[in-house]
Amino acid sequence: MTEKFDAIVVGAGMAGNAAALTMAKRGLKVLQLERGEYPGSKNVQGAILYANAVEKLIPEFREDAPLERHLVEQRFWMMDDASHTGLHYRSEDFNEERPNRYTIIRSQFDRWFSRHVQEAGALVLCETTVLELLKDTKGRVIGVRTDRRDGDVFADVVVLAEGVNGLLGTRAGLRERPARENVALAVKEMHFLPRETIEARFNLKGDEGAVIEAAGTISRGMAGMGFIYTNRESISIGIGCIVSDLAKTGHAPYELLEAFKRHPSVAPLIEGSEVKEYAAHLIPEGGYKAIPQLFGDGWLVAGDAAQLNNAIHREGSNLALASGQMAGEAVAELKGRGLEPTAKNLEIYKTRLVDSYVMQDLKKYKDMPALLHASSQNFFLTYPQLVSKAMQNFLRVDGTPKVEKEKRTLRSVFAARSITGLLGDAVRMARAWR
Amino acid sequence: MHIVVCIKQVPDSAQIRVHPVTNTIMRQGVPTIINPYDLFAVEEALRLRDQHGGAVTILTMGPPMAEESLRKAMTFGADRAVLLTDRFFAGSDTLATSYALASAIAKIGETFEPVDIVFTGKQTIDGDTAQVGPGIAKRLGLAQLTYVSRVAALDLAGGTIEVDRRAEGGVQALRTKLPCLITMLEGTNDIRRGSLPDALRAARAEIVVWSAEDAGIPDVAKCGLRGSPTVVKRVFAPSARAEKAAMVEPDGAATADALIDAMFTQRPRLEADLATLVRGF
Amino acid sequence: MAQPAKPAAPGAGRAAIKKELPERFKNHKHVWVFIEQERGHVHPVSWELMGEGRKLADKLGVELAGVVIGVPGAATQAAAQEAACYGADLVYTVTNDILADYRNEPYAKALTDLVETHKPEVLLLGATTLGRDLAGAVATTLLTGLTADCTALDVDADGSLAATRPTFGGSLLCTIYTLNFRPQMATVRPRVMAMPDRVERPLGRLVEHPLAMVEEDVVTKVLKYIPDRDSTKSSLAYADVVVAGGLGLGSPENFQLVQQLASVLGAEFGCSRPLVQKGWLPADRQIGQTGKTIRPKLYIAAGISGAIQHRVGVEGADLIVAINTDKNAPIFDFAHVGIVTDALHLLPHLTEAFRRRLSPHIRDRIAS
Ligand SMILES: Cc1cc2nc3c(=O)[nH]c(=O)nc-3n(C[C@H](O)[C@H](O)[C@H](O)COP(=O)(O)OP(=O)(O)OC[C@H]3O[C@@H](n4cnc5c(N)ncnc54)[C@H](O)[C@@H]3O)c2cc1C
Ligand SMILES: Cc1cc2nc3c(=O)[nH]c(=O)nc-3n(C[C@H](O)[C@H](O)[C@H](O)COP(=O)(O)OP(=O)(O)OC[C@H]3O[C@@H](n4cnc5c(N)ncnc54)[C@H](O)[C@@H]3O)c2cc1C
Ligand SMILES: Nc1ncnc2c1ncn2[C@@H]1O[C@H](COP(=O)(O)O)[C@@H](O)[C@H]1O
Repeated sequence: MTEKFDAIVVGAGMAGNAAALTMAKRGLKVLQLERGEYPGSKNVQGAILYANAVEKLIPEFREDAPLERHLVEQRFWMMDDASHTGLHYRSEDFNEERPNRYTIIRSQFDRWFSRHVQEAGALVLCETTVLELLKDTKGRVIGVRTDRRDGDVFADVVVLAEGVNGLLGTRAGLRERPARENVALAVKEMHFLPRETIEARFNLKGDEGAVIEAAGTISRGMAGMGFIYTNRESISIGIGCIVSDLAKTGHAPYELLEAFKRHPSVAPLIEGSEVKEYAAHLIPEGGYKAIPQLFGDGWLVAGDAAQLNNAIHREGSNLALASGQMAGEAVAELKGRGLEPTAKNLEIYKTRLVDSYVMQDLKKYKDMPALLHASSQNFFLTYPQLVSKAMQNFLRVDGTPKVEKEKRTLRSVFAARSITGLLGDAVRMARAWR
Repeated sequence: MHIVVCIKQVPDSAQIRVHPVTNTIMRQGVPTIINPYDLFAVEEALRLRDQHGGAVTILTMGPPMAEESLRKAMTFGADRAVLLTDRFFAGSDTLATSYALASAIAKIGETFEPVDIVFTGKQTIDGDTAQVGPGIAKRLGLAQLTYVSRVAALDLAGGTIEVDRRAEGGVQALRTKLPCLITMLEGTNDIRRGSLPDALRAARAEIVVWSAEDAGIPDVAKCGLRGSPTVVKRVFAPSARAEKAAMVEPDGAATADALIDAMFTQRPRLEADLATLVRGF
Repeated sequence: MAQPAKPAAPGAGRAAIKKELPERFKNHKHVWVFIEQERGHVHPVSWELMGEGRKLADKLGVELAGVVIGVPGAATQAAAQEAACYGADLVYTVTNDILADYRNEPYAKALTDLVETHKPEVLLLGATTLGRDLAGAVATTLLTGLTADCTALDVDADGSLAATRPTFGGSLLCTIYTLNFRPQMATVRPRVMAMPDRVERPLGRLVEHPLAMVEEDVVTKVLKYIPDRDSTKSSLAYADVVVAGGLGLGSPENFQLVQQLASVLGAEFGCSRPLVQKGWLPADRQIGQTGKTIRPKLYIAAGISGAIQHRVGVEGADLIVAINTDKNAPIFDFAHVGIVTDALHLLPHLTEAFRRRLSPHIRDRIAS
């Protein structure tokens, strides 16, 4: 096989599609390889799509993209075993002409996205797994080896958008494997319900959607998060925890999900639904400090494969889209200027990332992952229980004088966590956020 | 030699859900696949081509997005693909489908090269009728070989073919003249994985897209809903049985006997029937 | 390659709208059942269809006819006589030496000619490999509607055939009509309909019809016929007692528990589809929509959830007993007797208890 392309993109997820689209639109000869049966068939996402990142690639995407609901309400729940304390934000402002956030079903969205990539002129091959990167004697990446017969194919540059595992990069010695404390394992189910039921249960009309993000005892003291997203005729529900914690505690993720589903605050929302699709997937959560080398001679890495994921804000797809686009732009720019995609020249990719919100946001939260992880017992077990106790104490009318109630609340707080510990957490949290 | 294989893009029925209230199909998120039975037909056609030379044309009638299935069939190594798509075809039953497909096959024969063999799958997983193959054969006047498990011999010069056909109580070895139509039995071969050059070729291939007019269909009134003598009047979910199952409470060592007693109570004749059965066994 | 045949236009306009039946179809009358013979052996589905055909004919107030196609001689004669015993008012026969083995061409011609001459309003065939092969060709030639693989047949107030069949992978049922064409054709799978009682009756009218075809006209030749070795094929479809296991059994080894119970009961064993897909059991043991339909007196399902595709294959059983650990399993919606417990634990006890209770009869057998 002697055919040569300007660029090969590995993966047809958010990052890969953004890169392939960008390069194909600029007239590059692009080959995109995806191991799944079709783009999106292997992709698990909750899933919230941030319009802004898509608009930059396909401005008129709202016209025909398979969007589920635009979000008008966000709920944060702090849970203990029997209760949740919530912060809800809902605004009519979100019912705007060009809504900002949507729920999507990745398998459908990615397929739609891929059609645009193909229309722009990229060749997309599915059911084709890239096994390894091909390098010349000087160590420069010159192509890939696939699992098909006569499966070598060459290109000036390879964009790695293979998702969180980053196997190819690791295998090629371009990076290290993501550490277990830097990835979360999320399990997710799709629960099907008639749309009227969903709308009634979540107080929605038309294509409005709501999201619940939940933390607390549901993760049994590990750093983790549960989520519930409304689609048109289904609810995505899932929970994710840091892999090293799961390994240490021995909790099975699906047990956590079962317990989350049985929680009295959650069970009525999904009651009577039909479950289809159980999926598990990793999320990179190491943040800024876990970002590997982003480029080299003949290669670039984007999206989850580059650990570009903002776990605090649950932003992943937009960072994947943005980084994929920037990778594509960098390659197209070099090509346009007749420059070789050497490590030196590809530095412009990193410059773009650093100048954008992608790196700036991740940098802002660079200490958060470690903090949440180190104090996970407090953040995910102790505090939610305290808050719940305080709320109940506050709301229950039983003839106890209010002063006594406040004292009780404080007592239980200090019993659970020393005052210095509490102050320490607050300070650490504030620093990490800053 | 020129072989035409008819494939259909179908919803993956394992993933179909029914709206619990309205009883309508919830298609949302249900992926489409090539009708699994048709893959055996594609593979058999490719094998014959590899042995005897010639070309394999894949044909489907369906909405524009059925192109995906054609492209996928091309990655296995087929030479050409034709998509028959037109609003006139919507709502076709087996009679109307076989009319449109037979017309398109005749046109394929004229446009490219004469057709020697038409393959279809045994049946589809959505229509599930196994009638479209025989329908095409009849309309084109081809010898009809259904439930074929093996193509035993093909003599292009002599214009004959020998196959094994699954009958109810055995296997028929048949010989007939070309051109013919074969519906391929499942489990008879393993679909190949195309090489990377095949896959690249498929990704680049121009799919031939024909409207009813392009396919030379003389009478669109015989297509789609209008051309379909059968009419689906009612779609409904199977009802639960009126009386609930009699539930037996597990009760330690006595459980098995309690269960048997419950059976005999429900069907007083059962004990005697079982006795007869056991005696005769 | 030949141009597609250009048959007469099937009345203009939308088929979905019921109009008055076109004049040319008005004299179509009576219900016909195709009696399927293979090498002198009548497929029992034909008698099952006779039972159903009888009901339809009575509702329509018309006659029920059997259609026997085959070689001249004893076997065909016997089939015609049997048809009468199963309720046929009259029997049509087409006999010719070229009809010895089933081949589509001569059979399709024989049946098509017969229909065109004697004009039935309903034509039923078994949904076997033979029936489906033949029905498709005949319906296409006659340009009429054919509803395949039905699970229920009925006659509407206006006398049209209401044919019900699974749709969308079996998740739903639909009722299909052939409103403006005749005959209304349907195929029905073996064992979906109950076997009618056989009543000794003389053969009523026998109408013989010639076949204008000679061997030289038939392009397809039968080189050989290799009958299945009986030992390898299960007689699941016609068993009186069936014990089946599903994924709930956990492993292929555990399936022995099902086989042991089956052997004590003199029963056949079967399974749900995933077990076949996993290669635990051969395909001919699968029960359900894409496997066998069964109508035993007793059906015991262990570790089977009772998905609709399984349900349609077992609903004809006289007594359905379900063993499942999940009290919400759908199988309890259509089982007659249910127990919520671990099948792995219960099955050996059940086998033992049946052995104990049935042992007097087993001794009888050994004694005799
Ligand atoms: C449960 C869950 C919920 C989430 N929720 C949100 C959310 O609400 N909002 C949000 O913005 N983000 C969310 N994310 C994160 C988001 O899904 C990811 O950040 C995003 O998908 C990353 O895109 P990507 O293109 O880098 O990787 P992916 O989407 O994982 O794509 C990688 C692709 O590469 C293919 N591939 C891998 N290896 C090979 C190979 N060797 N050869 C060929 N192809 C290969 C894969 O099949 C896959 O299609 C969530 C993630 C999870 C797991
Ligand atoms: C087009 C199509 C055609 C199909 N055709 C067929 C068909 O012909 N036949 C068929 O069977 N299926 C068919 N299926 C598949 C069908 O939808 C179901 O998936 C299948 O029947 C499920 O098999 P199961 O009940 O063995 O497994 P499951 O659904 O996994 O059920 C296992 C059951 O065992 C129970 N269980 C677990 N452990 C134990 C224990 N120790 N003791 C007792 N109970 C236990 C569980 O509670 C559960 O109810 C078809 C599907 C499609 C889409
Ligand atoms: N729309 C279609 N386009 C192409 N081939 C079809 C179509 N419908 C049915 N077929 C072929 O006919 C076979 C039998 O289909 P069915 O009669 O629907 O069970 C299938 O396996 C296909 O090979």
